[in-house]
Amino acid sequence: MKKYLRTKILVYVLTFIFAVTIDWLIPRLMPGNPILVLVSRFSGLPESARVMYSYLTKAFGLDQPLWKQYFNFWIAFLKGDLGISIYLYPKPVLDVLKSALPYSLGILLPSILASWFAGNSIGALAARRRRLDSILLPIMYFINGAPYLWLGIILAYYFGVVLRWFPIAGAYSFGLRPHLSWLFVGNFLKHWILPFLSLFIVQLGGWAIGMRNMVIYELESNYSRFLETLGVKNSLIRKYAFRNAILPQITGLALQLGTVIAGQVTTEVVFSYPGIGYILTQAILNQDYFLIQGCFIFIIIGVLIANFTVDLVYVALDPRIRYSYGGEIS
Amino acid sequence: MSEILFFALRNKKLKAGLSIVLFFVLLGLFGPLISKYKDPLEYVGPGYQPPSKDFWLGTTTFGQDVFTQLVYGIRSSFFVGLVGGGLATLIGLSIGFLAGYRGGLLDEMLMMLTNILLVIPTLALLIIIAAYLPYRGVLIQSIIIGFTAWPWTTRAVRAQTLSLKAREYVNLARISGRSTLKIIIYEIVPNMLSYVFMVFILQFGGAILAAVGLDFIGLGPTKGISLGLMMQNAVLWNAIQLGMWWWVIPPGLVITLIVGGLYFMNVGLDEVFNPRLREM
Repeated sequence: MKKYLRTKILVYVLTFIFAVTIDWLIPRLMPGNPILVLVSRFSGLPESARVMYSYLTKAFGLDQPLWKQYFNFWIAFLKGDLGISIYLYPKPVLDVLKSALPYSLGILLPSILASWFAGNSIGALAARRRRLDSILLPIMYFINGAPYLWLGIILAYYFGVVLRWFPIAGAYSFGLRPHLSWLFVGNFLKHWILPFLSLFIVQLGGWAIGMRNMVIYELESNYSRFLETLGVKNSLIRKYAFRNAILPQITGLALQLGTVIAGQVTTEVVFSYPGIGYILTQAILNQDYFLIQGCFIFIIIGVLIANFTVDLVYVALDPRIRYSYGGEIS
Repeated sequence: MSEILFFALRNKKLKAGLSIVLFFVLLGLFGPLISKYKDPLEYVGPGYQPPSKDFWLGTTTFGQDVFTQLVYGIRSSFFVGLVGGGLATLIGLSIGFLAGYRGGLLDEMLMMLTNILLVIPTLALLIIIAAYLPYRGVLIQSIIIGFTAWPWTTRAVRAQTLSLKAREYVNLARISGRSTLKIIIYEIVPNMLSYVFMVFILQFGGAILAAVGLDFIGLGPTKGISLGLMMQNAVLWNAIQLGMWWWVIPPGLVITLIVGGLYFMNVGLDEVFNPRLREM
């Protein structure tokens, strides 16, 4: 078990270093002088362009040798200095992202957990039940193929514009200020439900399909057959199958995370929901490179934490890993 | 081979998925020929028009024909799927075979790299690369998608190669002095051909979805049209609030049907290739 966690942690540390290096390397790899490119795109007065130029020259430190630039980048990074946002000048990138983070997590975590539980239950239910399966499976496959943003658009159009049940922009109404009261919480939830649903529904498809296939696989395996010949009740066999099938689904949780985050980014754009994804898009549209890089780092850190949590859960649930760790876990 | 064809022709899932995908392939190929307007970005009529005889899927806020944009968008989606998905499959296979067959230090290093890339969300990587490219075409977009989407393929292929490697006919080939490349091509690949094909289909769909995401957040092609760009423009110009469903809904519907059809095809193929999954 220790070896298992040690290998994982090593990968995560290397991933982190790799990601920060990419963050540093990409602007320097691109053709031309990155500062000139940045300044030329910075739509402002010549005066502010000059200020930006001197600021960026200092921030990039291009006059120094490469190893020193890289070193300085890490020092600034470890101090929590991710640069200054151009689009929200003069707010530091870190502050912008910190205030956006709760909104993203508030949709991301509940949608992942809820869809995981619901999807696995549906999948386990549908496995080897022909009628239910033949109805549910095609639906789940097409749901799984839908881009998150499109589902968001459909929900926004139907529930927001046609039925007018829910608002479709922002995290709360313009007149309100975030504070703890029934009025605000109710308003917040009303804005929250549609983005949550669009993430929830798309993920549901994937989990249901995965679980269905895993349960079928387990029901085909020798121990299930053996139990069957012993005349054990069907419900008990299914229970064992379910317990075995749930393990790959936990690993899947970590693997799916990247796609879900991509979906979250686009969903936030559809609903103008002020999370990291929305900030990221604003940064891209306004060519705010420090903010883009900051979003990248934030996403990576989040993914790493989530991956590690999944590993811990896996160790807690699967006794085989606790006792021995050898070979590949697939 | 004939046995596979026999089951392939009887598999409902495969047939359904394939027909949907083929329909859109044909629409992408011939759509631009049957649409009345030649340039998807040209202003051909009044804006805000719902679908009618002149404008089959209505017009955008600016009076561009949505149907024309849609059929050109389908073309670029298939292009991204083919090039991006193809490239990702190729890279994933090569590294997977090499790491699995060679083993040792090379394997350790390649798998470390794969595991690292597997943790980083593809979209995040794409964003950071695409944001710094001053000019982006559909080809460049496909290439960067191809270069970032391969890790899961590598892992799966490596695991399969490891199990094939221990077979006797592979040992025989090795004893007879065949080179690594030849053993991989002649002994290992043919036994995984069905799997390779399915991986390609999944990568194809994945590349299309990745491109849509990139387009939508403003990192799409700087020239031309794509389904993601259509949705980006529609949302940016408040098509949802204005109730212009003919502009925002069809591009996503097409993508959902194409990708869903591909996935469905894949399940069908799985049943065709794998006797244990066949429905009795």
